[in-house]
Amino acid sequence: MTGSTQETAAAPETRTRSLGIARNLGLVVALVALCVVGLVTAGDRFASTNNIITVLSLASAIGVVAIGMTFVITGGGIDLSVGAIVALASVWASTTGTQAMAEDVGWIVIVTTAVGVGIACGVINGVLIAYGKIVPFIATLAMLASARGLAEIIADRKTQIVRDEAFRDALGARPLGVPVIVYVFAVIVVLGWFLLNRTTFGRRTFAVGGNVEAARLAGIKVQRHTVYLYALLGATCGVSAVMLMSRTQTGSSTHGLMWELDAIAAVVIGGTLLSGGRGTVVGTLLGVLIFTTLTNVFTLNNLSTSVQAVAKGVIIVVAVLLQQRLANRST
Amino acid sequence: MSTTTPRRRLLAIAGVFAATSLTLTACTNSSGDDDTESVANAGAGDNAETGDTVRIGFSAPAADHGWMGAITSAAVKQAEAFDDVELINAEGTNDVNLQISQVETFINDKVDAIVLLPFDGAAMTDVATRAMEAGIPVVNVDREFDSPNAARSTVLGDNYGMGVSAGRYICEEAGGKKDAVVAEIAGIDSLPLTQDRSRGFADALKDCGLKVSNRVAAEFTVESGERAAANLLQAAPKIDFLWNHDDDQGVGVLAAIDNAGRDEFVMVGGAGSANVMRSIEADDTVLRATVIYPSTQGADGIKLARLIAQGRSMSDLAEVEVPRVIQLAAPIVTKDNVDDYMDSAFES
Repeated sequence: MTGSTQETAAAPETRTRSLGIARNLGLVVALVALCVVGLVTAGDRFASTNNIITVLSLASAIGVVAIGMTFVITGGGIDLSVGAIVALASVWASTTGTQAMAEDVGWIVIVTTAVGVGIACGVINGVLIAYGKIVPFIATLAMLASARGLAEIIADRKTQIVRDEAFRDALGARPLGVPVIVYVFAVIVVLGWFLLNRTTFGRRTFAVGGNVEAARLAGIKVQRHTVYLYALLGATCGVSAVMLMSRTQTGSSTHGLMWELDAIAAVVIGGTLLSGGRGTVVGTLLGVLIFTTLTNVFTLNNLSTSVQAVAKGVIIVVAVLLQQRLANRST
Repeated sequence: MSTTTPRRRLLAIAGVFAATSLTLTACTNSSGDDDTESVANAGAGDNAETGDTVRIGFSAPAADHGWMGAITSAAVKQAEAFDDVELINAEGTNDVNLQISQVETFINDKVDAIVLLPFDGAAMTDVATRAMEAGIPVVNVDREFDSPNAARSTVLGDNYGMGVSAGRYICEEAGGKKDAVVAEIAGIDSLPLTQDRSRGFADALKDCGLKVSNRVAAEFTVESGERAAANLLQAAPKIDFLWNHDDDQGVGVLAAIDNAGRDEFVMVGGAGSANVMRSIEADDTVLRATVIYPSTQGADGIKLARLIAQGRSMSDLAEVEVPRVIQLAAPIVTKDNVDDYMDSAFES
């Protein structure tokens, strides 16, 4: 009994390590191919510093959510409510009340409000799933509906303008020409990688996602860990809301529409198993960059969104096939 | 556009009607507060006189963006302005099944008229036809049914005209410059309304030898507008004119322009939100103009439904019956005439 437990808990981890490089290689090939297409078709406009910064800025907001989603999916869950949580956090953090308090205390109030709302939603999701025994798909579907509904009620379906100058200056700053939110994204990627691959928390996440029963027998407090995972994703949704508020200077109940699908798509083409037990932060980062670069290259070439949607589908299939090929060869 | 001439005439007449009704309201409607007066007036001349009390059913999509919210609130205010209208306002919904059942309830309740802004015109055609067959006149607003028999009268905005107005303004501003770079940020591309707007824009530009060099589609939300615009600004390092189809997503477009630090072009908006009009008035951004897509269409639908149900004619027309189609104009709003339109603007 104990022997098999150790095996199931350890097996996915070692496999991730050995396949990791090969899997990511497939994605790097796809990303490089996209960049070559961009360079050939759009030349200097694609390679310009401004354009690269634009791509990175656009990738930041959705990317932070996708990093959080990597943890939840690796832990055997799924969260459909991320877009709605981003919307609610952005609205809550940009109400006249919050903004008035930010005037008095400082712009950090806006940030803590957004992240706090995100964590609260995440904890509710986690508790419903871990202790309420509601399957993640349903619990987060309920959160998707009610969080966006609550956002509409709070905002009265209006777009709320962020008027706090200090907030706009602080997050709109560009040290070395790169927007603050790109630095924040980079830090979160590094922290995410460290947390998943180098800490007990990460190992527990793999174990819970790989085999819940085995993880429980190995002494992991599975329920509490599940709540932590959803709270972590909630926090990244809050950070993403702050990034959106910085870029659009608004909070709105329409922020983050369909982001759950974009985030899940990026995580899955990154190589994280939808069924849990295997996950990669670097893969997710590459997945997000591929989708953002794709949109950018298409816009540079003045192509319609319909063509783009077709290409998106093709890329998902090709990236996954490529990963499998390269992974098979390396084993 | 073989129907242009008669429609124009109709518009001109409708315009006169609107103008007279506005001036007369100032005398007749002494109790209303200033904010609501321009939208909710009791009509002019004969039409303002109280007639038989009629029950009107109203159903529209969920008020999930500024424009749609304004549609419903303007319709409700309009109904309140009449002593002889009892409005049954169904909760706004984007669920076609629910909207069908709302209309079925109106039919069972035997209301005197139905004003319907469908979430999906094609999906609501059948139930609207059934209402008509049950002897209840239906006024179709904004999104058209598939069949002309499904509505007694139709109130439409002019999506093609929005494109034309924006295009003509840009032609004028370009002043014969043939190599001006024109960019376009559309709304959801699969919708016929977006296609109509883009077609009108291209047609008007063609008249002065210009064309759209860069086009990108967003999704009518602030966040999508920001994303689309950020990419577009990279695609076109230098732009002379930019038309953005929708002022709700325009908040995001302006943020992207701000982020990119660009100000070398003139931007034209679409729909006519209060934010944008204030910005045009202040003249402190690249936004110099917008084209109107009236958010008072639902209110006009209520006015028409009341007359039809009471069996009356429009007092400013020689015609005995209420017209089959009324298409509203899509004028360009600039700093010069922004005051005229500020009152009818919607908060996004």
